Parts: sequence; C-alpha cells; structure tokens
Amino acid sequence: MKALVRATIGILLVSGVLMYIAHAMDTTSGKSGKNILTVYNWGEYIDPALLKKFEKETGIHVVYETFDSNEAMMTKIEQGGTNYDIAVPSEYTIEQMKERHLLKKIDHSKVPNLKNIEPDFLNLDFDKDNQYSIPYFWGTVGIVYNTKMIKNHNFESWDELWDPSLKGKVILVDSAREVMGVGLNSMGKSLNSTDSHELQAATNKLIKMAPNVKAVIGDEVTQLMINGDAEVALTWSGQAADMMYENEDLTYSVPKEGSNLWFDNMVIPKTSKNIDGAHKFINFMLDPKVAAQNADYVGYSTPNRAALKLLDPEVVNDERYYPPKEVRNKLHVYKNLGKQKIGEYNEQFLKFKMSIR
Amino acid sequence: MRKKGNLLSLIPYYIWILLFVIAPILLVAYYSLLDLHGHFTIENYKNFFTSVYLKMTLSSFWYAFLITLFSLLVSYPAAYFITKLKHKQLWLILIIIPSWINLLLKTYAFIGIFGNKGPINAFVQAIGLPKQQILFTDIAFVFVAVYIFIPFMILPIFNALDKLNPALIDASRDLGASKFTTLRRVVIPLTMNGIKSGIQAVFIPSLSLFMITRLIAGNRVITLGTAIEEQFLVTQNWGMGSTIAVFLIIFMLIIMLFTGEKRKGAVRNGKTK
Amino acid sequence: MEKLSKKSKLYLAFVFVVLYAPILFLVFYSFNSGDSMTNFKSFTLSHYKDVFNDSRLIVILINTVVVALLSALISTIIGTLGSIGIIAIRNRKLRNMVLSLNNILIVSPDVIIGASFLILFTMVGVKLGFTSVLLSHAAFSIPIVVLMVLPKLQEMNSSLIDAALDLGASRRDVLTRVILPYIKPGIFAGFFMALTYSLDDFAVTFFVTGNGFSTLSVEIYSMARAGVSLTVNAISGIVFFVTLILVLGYYFISNHQSRTGAQK
Repeated sequence: MKALVRATIGILLVSGVLMYIAHAMDTTSGKSGKNILTVYNWGEYIDPALLKKFEKETGIHVVYETFDSNEAMMTKIEQGGTNYDIAVPSEYTIEQMKERHLLKKIDHSKVPNLKNIEPDFLNLDFDKDNQYSIPYFWGTVGIVYNTKMIKNHNFESWDELWDPSLKGKVILVDSAREVMGVGLNSMGKSLNSTDSHELQAATNKLIKMAPNVKAVIGDEVTQLMINGDAEVALTWSGQAADMMYENEDLTYSVPKEGSNLWFDNMVIPKTSKNIDGAHKFINFMLDPKVAAQNADYVGYSTPNRAALKLLDPEVVNDERYYPPKEVRNKLHVYKNLGKQKIGEYNEQFLKFKMSIR
Repeated sequence: MRKKGNLLSLIPYYIWILLFVIAPILLVAYYSLLDLHGHFTIENYKNFFTSVYLKMTLSSFWYAFLITLFSLLVSYPAAYFITKLKHKQLWLILIIIPSWINLLLKTYAFIGIFGNKGPINAFVQAIGLPKQQILFTDIAFVFVAVYIFIPFMILPIFNALDKLNPALIDASRDLGASKFTTLRRVVIPLTMNGIKSGIQAVFIPSLSLFMITRLIAGNRVITLGTAIEEQFLVTQNWGMGSTIAVFLIIFMLIIMLFTGEKRKGAVRNGKTK
Repeated sequence: MEKLSKKSKLYLAFVFVVLYAPILFLVFYSFNSGDSMTNFKSFTLSHYKDVFNDSRLIVILINTVVVALLSALISTIIGTLGSIGIIAIRNRKLRNMVLSLNNILIVSPDVIIGASFLILFTMVGVKLGFTSVLLSHAAFSIPIVVLMVLPKLQEMNSSLIDAALDLGASRRDVLTRVILPYIKPGIFAGFFMALTYSLDDFAVTFFVTGNGFSTLSVEIYSMARAGVSLTVNAISGIVFFVTLILVLGYYFISNHQSRTGAQK
C-alpha cells in the first residue's frame, strides 16, 4: 500500500514540475488571443525561419500545428472546438470544404501580392476567381524510377507499368483517385470519369497489373526509393523531388497520356478568429523572396512567378519540376465528383487492393 | 453490507463505461445505419456480406491467430525465464521500455532494418546468400506485429508465473513427474488466467491493426481495422466504417465467450460470501 | 531457486536484442549528418543541438510525458477500483456483460474512438486541448488496466479476506492491507501498459486535441509526408536513455535502501 501511495505522489509531483516548466517555456501562453495566428499545415511543409520572420514583421505570434491528411484536417475543422486561422488543403478538399461552408472568403484587396502568382494557376474550376483559396504549392502525378535498376523503360506511357519484366517491382500510392487515374488514363479515359462501366474496366485492367505490384503504401515510399529498396513508384512530383534530391539514380516521368495536376492552397477556415492576421500571412507567403525561400526549403514547385526568378535556374528549367505549358495542357485537376462517385472509386480501389496477393 | 461497499468502488468505472463506451457504441450503431447522404439504410450491412469484406474478415482472423500464437510461443518461455532471474522486476520493466518509443518511428526503423541495405540483408549476403525481399512479406508483418504485442503477452503471464508456489513444482517433480509433465499438468493450468488475459490483450487488438499493414505489409494484408481506418479518413464513408466496427465488436464478444471463465465460481471466490 | 541453463539465457538475450534493435537503429541514425535513416554519412551531434534549440518540440515532449503519466494514473485508479467491483458482482451474466463492455475500446480502431470522443466532447462542451486529451487517454487505457488487474484478483484466495475479517479487520483495512498488496503487481502492470497506450496513441489524440496542444506522436505522424526529421530520432534517443537511467537508478537505489533497511 505504501508503495502505491508513494508512486502516486511521485507521479503527481513529477507531472506538476514538468507542467510548470512547459508553461514557462510555452511562449504562446499569456498573450492575447488577438495577436495569435494559428496555422494548420502538413508537417515539414514550411521553412520555420519564415514563421519567425513573419512574427518579427507583424508582431503576430504564430502557433504552427500539423495534420497528416486532408480528410482528418477537414473533420477537425468541421467538428469545431478549434480556431485555425490558416489551413493548407489540397484542391479537391477545398471543393468539399466550400460545399460544407467551412471556408471564409478571401479579401483580394488585402492580398496585393496575388499578382505574383502565375495566372495559369488562378481561377481554376475548384475555386472560381480564387474566392476562397490562394495557391501555395503545386505539382503532378507521375512515375519515379531508378535508372540503375530499370534500364529498358522510360515510362512515357502508363502501359509500361503492365510490362511483365516489372514483376513485383511497382509501388503504388495508397490513394483511390491516383491509382484509378492510372487505369483510366492508360485507357485514354478522363481521370474524372463518372461512367461506372469505365471505372469497372479500369479496375479490371488494374487487376492485371497486380502481379507487378510490390506494395501499396503512402509517404514511406520516399525512404524506400532513396534507399534503392524499390524500383518504380507512382507518386506526386513533390515527393519525387525529395527523392531525386537524395538519390541521383532516380528520375521522374509524367506519361504522355496525361495525368493529374494538383494544388495545395491556403484557405481561411470559418473557425478563424484572426481574419486580418490570416490575410497578412497569405500576403506574406506570396512575397517573391519568401516564396522562393520556402520553395527552396520544402522542395516543391511554387506557383509564384516572381519567385521563380530568385530560385536556382537549374531547378526552374528542369521540366520534371516545372513542366512546360504543352505538358501542363494534358494534365487535369481532379473534379469533385460527389460522394456517391467518390465512394465508387474507393470501392473499386479496395477491390483492386484485395486482388494483390 | 460488505457487498454494497465493494460495488461502490464501481461508480467511477460505471461512469466511464456510460460516457466512453456506451455513448460511443450508440453513436457507432447510429452511423452504421446511415448512407453517404445521411439517409437511413441497411445497405451497409448488406454490403458487409459481399465477398470483399468476408475475405477481409477471414484474413484478419487468420493473421490475428498467427500473431497471437507466435506472441504466446515467444512470451511464455521468456516470462518463465525472467521469473528465475535475480532482478526479475527490473528485467520485466526492461521488456516494457521499448514500447514507450513511438511506434511509427520504430516502424520506420524496421523498414530500414528489413531493407535491401539493412543489417539483415548485409548478414544474408555475408554468409553468401542472395539478397532477400523481406519488407512487404507476411513474415515481416507477423514479426513486427508480434514485436509490438510481446509486452502485452509477457506481463500477465509473468504475473501469473511469479505467484506460482515453487513447492507445487517440487512436489510434482518429487512425485516422479517429468519436467514436461510438470509444465503441462501443473504450471500451465495454474497460469491459465494470465495466459487468457494475454491472449485477450493480443488477439482482440490484432483484428484492428492498421498502419503496419500498410507500412510493413504494403497493403498486401488488409485487416478490418485498416478498412475502418480508410472508410473514416479517406473515403469519408462513416456509415460503412461504423458497420465494420459493429461487426468487430460482435466478433470481440464471441471471443470473450470462448476465453471467458468456464468454471463456475472461479471468480466468485474473490470475496463475496 | 534453480539456475537458468545456458540455453534459456541465450533465448532471453535474443528476445532482448530483438526488442531493442529498432531503438538502437534509431539512435544510431540520430548521429547521421545526412537527413534520413539511410546511408550513414558522418558523425554529428547537430540533431541533438536542434532538439535543445527547439522549445516548441520540448514543450510537446513535456506534454506527452505529463499526459502519459497522469492518464495512466487516473486509468489505473479507476481500473483497479473497477476490477475490485467487477469481482464483487455475483450475477455471472452481468459480470460477463460488464467485462465485454470493458473490452470494446481495446478492439475499437483508434479512428473510431477518436472520432466518437471528438463528437462527445464537442457535444458536452469540453474545451479541446489538455483536458480532452487527458480524459481520452485515461478512457482508452482503463480496459487494459482491468485486463492486467483482474487475473490477480481472480487467483486471490477468498479465505485470505475471510481470515482478515474474522480477525476484526475493517473493510478499509481489508482493502488497503490485504487486497491491494496482493494485486500490486497487477496494478503496476496495468499502469505501465496504460503508459504504453498513451505514449503510442496518435489517432485519438489527433482528433480530440485543440489549439496549441500537441503530443510527440501527432507531430511525428504529420511529418510523414515530407519525411521524419532526425531531430525526432534525437529526441527519442534522449527520452530512451533518460528513461533507462531513471529506471535503473530508481531500481538500484530502492533495492539498496531496502537491503540496508533490512540489516538494521
């Protein structure tokens, strides 16, 4: 009994001391709510030095919080109880958030730096006139492969993924739209197809690829490709850039049949309590110098035209990171197909995954 | 009077059950009856009985069985030997400490260890064999799962073994029983409660394993837990996710029936009269 | 006590090596001057420097530890009391029902627990943050405590209690002097398992946390997209060795005290 009481008191004491230390160190406590800006972003998706710079310039204190999936982030914002001022969802999520009235309109007069953004990336279908969102990073979906291990393919066509020589070598990303998109694009269909027959046909075609599939995973693919543990992977250009930076044998290709063009945009969730600060933050991130520094740190492609001039020309002229307009014309942004159709994509994708054994 | 006093200690526990068990179950049951548009339907339940989900259920049970079996096979002797060590309490804590390091981080470490350039393949090559694909195999998956669950199995078994009266074993040996017979007829039956509690703590969560099904098994193994996770977070089909959860709860109740106490009054000899 | 044979010692050594292998792997790469857990470039301490310069990360670490300790404590108290109560339920059907309810949270996948707790908290109006995380962690750790404590109670001999009562012990005395000391190993086992649950949890914490409160797991998971930085390896390495030293130190000090105490 004595031991139990002693242990209890010990735990309470230790916790108390630790909480006091944390409280003393936590610079956010004690500041007024008005001067705090809560940014909700993907992990490691901003140069932390820029947050410090923003704090210095504006006197606004930034609380930086992170999420690991669009859907989880949306659930948090929808359920309330939080007050995020800035979030960075992907384009298809922005459409859903708009539908559910989770976003506040952005006042363009407070974001003069919007002029720096490449006009091609503005006024897109998922957010006409950019009423709710401002581009942060963008990219494509394609195939990254190890040129030392794969010598007879350059993946100009999706169909090369079905080649029997790739048995047990292909890694797919664990995401329904991307994988179904491979099936659809390889048949010359739109990756926004809503035709159930086309979807079924795409699944049937994908199931034929099953012997080639090594695994269906998420972000871990980066490490595997860098390591030389995997030969070929379907992935996003941003991650491909990370991999190529670490391993020179890797290269990236967007097949000619077409692929997906994606965006991560900054939005102001309806839960925001510091709308003025949020606008300041967006404008700050669109500053050419800031955007260039951020792109350099994160390694993704920036939509900021003015920032491109400040970046390493070798990167900017690399068509793998910044594909020319002809290639971009073949890329399509995901449309919000509605819950029913998205459900169908997911069911088909699950069927395909269950066929891998 | 005595009985009432003991039952009083249940009050916080019952509040917990009400708030954090029954309320969520009701919520899950309610959601399982909703379709994507929020209308009432039993479509989700029908959907569960299609080949995709039945296949998934079978494979979940198969892997949970394998994981539990290997955890038990590894843990029982380990727990037994630890009880014989001089600083046995210390060794026991040393078994638990690794589980305090973040699981995702350890999983990444496993990806590195199992990798082409990892230490295992370095060893394999050193003894003159060709490189092996270890990651994304059943063996790797079961291995990592067993790794995760070992402390959950060792702890209850250790506690059961530790209280075992050594005189009973001596008596059995004195009466001419072999080591094996003693183990089978005396030690194991007397530690059955610990074994059962270990099995429950391993088998039940094994059914809903996720994350390592993707990271280590590359989605070649899809458990019910993985499916729920995806329905909630990716598909955003809370209805179907909840339906699978309802079935998971039903399966758990069935397992409880099998591993629950069989002998009447085994528990009752606690203290009520 | 019989001595362990060489073979069984070898077996135990093997189990320990396997258990610690991934952690040593993590710690090894925390000294890598590269920025991932592959291709060791050269030795550096820079990731450790980063840990101490990053006050945000340290606050998160402290949050993680405090939530783990307090939630484990709460769940151990409620779980232990609950187990004692469960044993006292005479109706076998009712008892089995309570036990089944107990295990539901163990079998429920984290997202479901997280999502339903989030709905619960927002409905009741609990502010999301430290409190909601603490309550949730305590809530999902209670069943594992019960699972660890119950077998000890089951094997307890009722004659022990009867004897105590016959000797004139009060009910309180029976609890504090007979029952609790007997089930102490189960209680500690439950506490440690609750710690494990809390430290490992990502999904539930993610859902029920609010502004400005985060734990190490949430942080690590959200780094996955861009790759986990080796700073996290460094911080895990520090946590690991500090824990190890604390446990060893505490064990030998208390052992030493009890031995010298016994000699007096």
